[in-house]
Amino acid sequence: MITLHKRSVAASATAITALLLLAACGSTTEEAAPEASATMATEDRCATGDTIPVGLLNSLSGTMAISEVTVRDSLLLAVDEINASGGVLGKQLVPISEDGASDWPTFAEKAQKLISEDKVAATFGGWTSSSRKQMLPVFESAKELLFYPVQYEGLEASPYIFYTGATTNQQIIPALDYLKEEGVKTLYLVGSDYVFPRTANKEIAAYAAANGMEIVGEDYKPLGNTEFSAIVDSIKAAKPDAVFNTLNGDSNVAFWKQYKSAGLDAKTTPVVSVSIAEEEVAAIGPEYLTDQLVSWNYYQTTDTPENAAFVKAYQDKYGADKPTSDPMEAAYTSLYLWKAMAEKAGSCNPEAIKAAADGITFAAPEGLVTIDGANQHIYKTARIGKITDDGQIVEVWNSGEPIKPDPFLEGYDWAAGLSGASPAPSSS
Amino acid sequence: MIVVNQLFTGISFGSLLLLIALGLTLIFGQMNVINMAQGELFMFGAYTVYVLQLVMTSAGLSLFLALPVAFVVSGLIGLAMEVLLIRRLYERPLDTLLVTWGVALVLQQLARNIFGATNKQTSAPEWLTGAVTIGEFSFPASRLFILALALGAVLALSLTFKFTPLGRRIRAVVQNRRLAATSGIPTSRVDRTTFFIGCGLAGIAGVALTLLGAIGPTMGQSYIVDAFLVVVVGGIGQLKGTVIMAFAIGMASALIEYQVGPSLAKVLVFIGIVIFLQWRPQGLFSQQTRSLA
Amino acid sequence: MNTTLQKITSHPLLAKLQSNPYIGRLFRPGPIRTFSGFLVGGILLFLIAPLVLSQFRLELLGKYLAFAIVASGIGLAWGRGGLLTLGQGVFFGIGAYAMAMHLKLSQTPEGQLPDFMQLYGEVESLPSYWVPFQYAWFAIPAIIILPALIAYLVGAMIFRRGVRGAYFAILSQALAAALAIFIVGQQGTTGGTNGLTNLNNFFGYDLDDPVNRKMVYFIIAGILLGVIAITRQLMFSRYGELLVATRDAYQRVRFLGYNPARVLTVAFAVSAAMAGLGGAAFVSIVGAINPASIDVVPSIAFIIGVAVGGRSTLLGPVLGAVGVAWFGTAASEAYPDSWQYIQGGMFILVVAFLPGGLATLPAAFRAIKGKWDDRKPPEIPSMGSGAVQEASA
Repeated sequence: MITLHKRSVAASATAITALLLLAACGSTTEEAAPEASATMATEDRCATGDTIPVGLLNSLSGTMAISEVTVRDSLLLAVDEINASGGVLGKQLVPISEDGASDWPTFAEKAQKLISEDKVAATFGGWTSSSRKQMLPVFESAKELLFYPVQYEGLEASPYIFYTGATTNQQIIPALDYLKEEGVKTLYLVGSDYVFPRTANKEIAAYAAANGMEIVGEDYKPLGNTEFSAIVDSIKAAKPDAVFNTLNGDSNVAFWKQYKSAGLDAKTTPVVSVSIAEEEVAAIGPEYLTDQLVSWNYYQTTDTPENAAFVKAYQDKYGADKPTSDPMEAAYTSLYLWKAMAEKAGSCNPEAIKAAADGITFAAPEGLVTIDGANQHIYKTARIGKITDDGQIVEVWNSGEPIKPDPFLEGYDWAAGLSGASPAPSSS
Repeated sequence: MIVVNQLFTGISFGSLLLLIALGLTLIFGQMNVINMAQGELFMFGAYTVYVLQLVMTSAGLSLFLALPVAFVVSGLIGLAMEVLLIRRLYERPLDTLLVTWGVALVLQQLARNIFGATNKQTSAPEWLTGAVTIGEFSFPASRLFILALALGAVLALSLTFKFTPLGRRIRAVVQNRRLAATSGIPTSRVDRTTFFIGCGLAGIAGVALTLLGAIGPTMGQSYIVDAFLVVVVGGIGQLKGTVIMAFAIGMASALIEYQVGPSLAKVLVFIGIVIFLQWRPQGLFSQQTRSLA
Repeated sequence: MNTTLQKITSHPLLAKLQSNPYIGRLFRPGPIRTFSGFLVGGILLFLIAPLVLSQFRLELLGKYLAFAIVASGIGLAWGRGGLLTLGQGVFFGIGAYAMAMHLKLSQTPEGQLPDFMQLYGEVESLPSYWVPFQYAWFAIPAIIILPALIAYLVGAMIFRRGVRGAYFAILSQALAAALAIFIVGQQGTTGGTNGLTNLNNFFGYDLDDPVNRKMVYFIIAGILLGVIAITRQLMFSRYGELLVATRDAYQRVRFLGYNPARVLTVAFAVSAAMAGLGGAAFVSIVGAINPASIDVVPSIAFIIGVAVGGRSTLLGPVLGAVGVAWFGTAASEAYPDSWQYIQGGMFILVVAFLPGGLATLPAAFRAIKGKWDDRKPPEIPSMGSGAVQEASA
């Protein structure tokens, strides 16, 4: 990052502009410039006031609302539970919910509002990589914290973001390991045209090259596109052992319907998906997905006592037919992790929280998670699941122990040279 | 092998465009109204299938029942639009575009409030989920069904135009509104009927799309821009032009996409259309008139 | 509310002021009204807004002013020229990306690739079309010239063949869709769906510093006033008259020996240049741009502000764009669910029942009153000639 020190010039330029306009009126210009100049200080926002405001920033309208509303609900559940058990540092949390409207600049705008108008102690939310990329500079320049709950493409470690979803070595690489164990030799890659699928597929290609697998096809469709006959035709012609699916959103429904109507299924050509959770299974229709594979860190059926309590609490609050999913669980966990860090640090000051982060653990519904202070990701157990005909996902394999997060894939020889990005803080 | 598949992909994409563009061109041709809410009427057609499947279990029966029901549902929404809003705007055709866009926004949110933001799934009858094998080629049954539906709709429309009194009246109004009115044709009633049919066709297209994709509040937006292009290059109000251009654009999109990927394909198709309009500014077929415009 | 308005407009004091030979000039067209209008605008934007708004709200206002710059151009092309451009996002996007590419390159150390190109790793060296944007002398003119040039070429091709009206609207919309999908597809060199983010070096000024962002706001406000002045000049020039004539009587203009296609092409190019400027302003204050901001839906959103404010007036589009955007933020903070109803409802109500926009509300009100009095249909001023009003700020 190039540091810039032209501030005084700007301040005087501003003041001169204002002065020129004011010259005739002769009132004071002093307030115009210096008033806002105080950079967002990293104060302890839990120390003032009787309650602690926390920001929830999710898309409540637009195309992403389908997924993000469930994350917001799950965050509210965590807030309720924490408040019922005495709050954080003895103070009750007050959630302030904002709508990102599935529009990435809106995420940045609302993040700025939560930080500077509502003075929240921390912000929880975001779903798409695009929304995170837009919010990143806002949080870095204000030096405030964002908790991001969704699996993503890795290659990032902002000092002001905590990532509680999986990075690639906790989701995609375990899925590839599983396929390799199952004897898969050829892979076909299908994805939506944006950063997560493209980056993930690059990593898959590198893995395949190092492990004697062959990529027989790679196709992308714009988000929301529903014409898959050409791609399904090519898959049929290429006859891969398995398909790796990184499609997101509405496209999945179209892909699966057209996949089935071309006569393909889990027996002939199994598909591993990394963006299909319980919610999406219900929306696509289990009959199109029976016996297909998914890779996540949590399922509604995950067998831990914490999960039984989580599912029960969620369904009591929102309805017995509501499924729980991985990003919801990661969001729920993120709030508890923040609470644990704040209590260890005895403050909500972002710097104090960051300093306290390393080694914080929480018995989450997905199992024990631990924060890795070096990159602010968390140790997570990888789980491969199979979709049943009643729309649930049952685990068929897990990694046995939580996997250390490695967003830049430094621990994998084949990943060397995959990306020019260095593990240094990503802002530039 | 792959060529045949690509051609078929183009034809089936074209048949979808055709099904959506039919209603648009009918309304555009007769009333000069650009109905931006056509995509949302199409969405309500798709939701009709979902609602019918809630009350009846047979996927096949509900799909066939949905065709007439969706026609009526979307047609009635369209009729309400015509009576409440569009009627006031016949003098200002460009403004109908904006008003119907406003209606589209309202209908989208209405669907979200009624059915929820999440996508809904419908099940297709067993015989439509598989593939039909002809020789060494196999084609998805759902695609063939949509193709048949589109051709059926074209046939029904052209028969209506040719042989029924209603069709004659519509043609009369399209060709010369004033003369038709002076001959005693109740033009505003014909307008309303056309609007009903045009919007109803969108409902049928929506039913067809449940076989391929997701049912959600924003599904109407995904095909509408392409469908408008079909109407423009086909020639306004020209059934023949719409049919030809729907398949032409469908094929061109599929073949170009196969060569260069979807991202560049859209741009190339657009450039192709602009060049085409240099040659035929009024579309492939146009009404011979003495008007200057 | 109408009665309050009526009370104000018919207040005896106002009438007295208007009939005063000196003060009255403020209300009548002429250089004095124009000058005082700009003075009031300047005081509002440069003095009052920074004093009463927090830093955050001031930056939001800066973003709305960027939209207002776009709206001013749409007012010219659509309100005056009858060109319903549903694809103004294209030119907004070209201006925005031109600016964003320059800002991205200026924060990238010498000899390195921009951060996202390193991340996606699809290119080894800077793509050739990026290279000239590292120079401010190229990038800044490109913000205006590039959109104008493209609009001129597209416009020349399609207007020459008499493609207008709905055809033009649909083509412009398809262009917006095509460009957005194209940019998304070229992730390695355009940033794809994420776009270009984290732009924090504005010609050497660190945008992480609120003072510098305030300076950007002042620059945008200045540009907006300039754009309004240019639009005003064009509207009231001979060319402006010709433009309105082309809208209302295309063939008659042709028979009088003018080339209506060229008149429309120029209007389209000017509005594209303003959209490009608006895009560059947007990038400077927001610090990011991505394809979702230039697609079909935002392109139509530009139109709504113009329609609500008053498409054929000078200030209507500007005030409409700022007002609708402001209202949108307020509504989405309070009731996220109902914003789409409100937006759709505004389109329906304004376009169907008040086509001249809010700027013509008093006139429409008088017309309705007149209708009530003698049952004559109201004359809606926007489409007719000669009924152009310059709404006072």
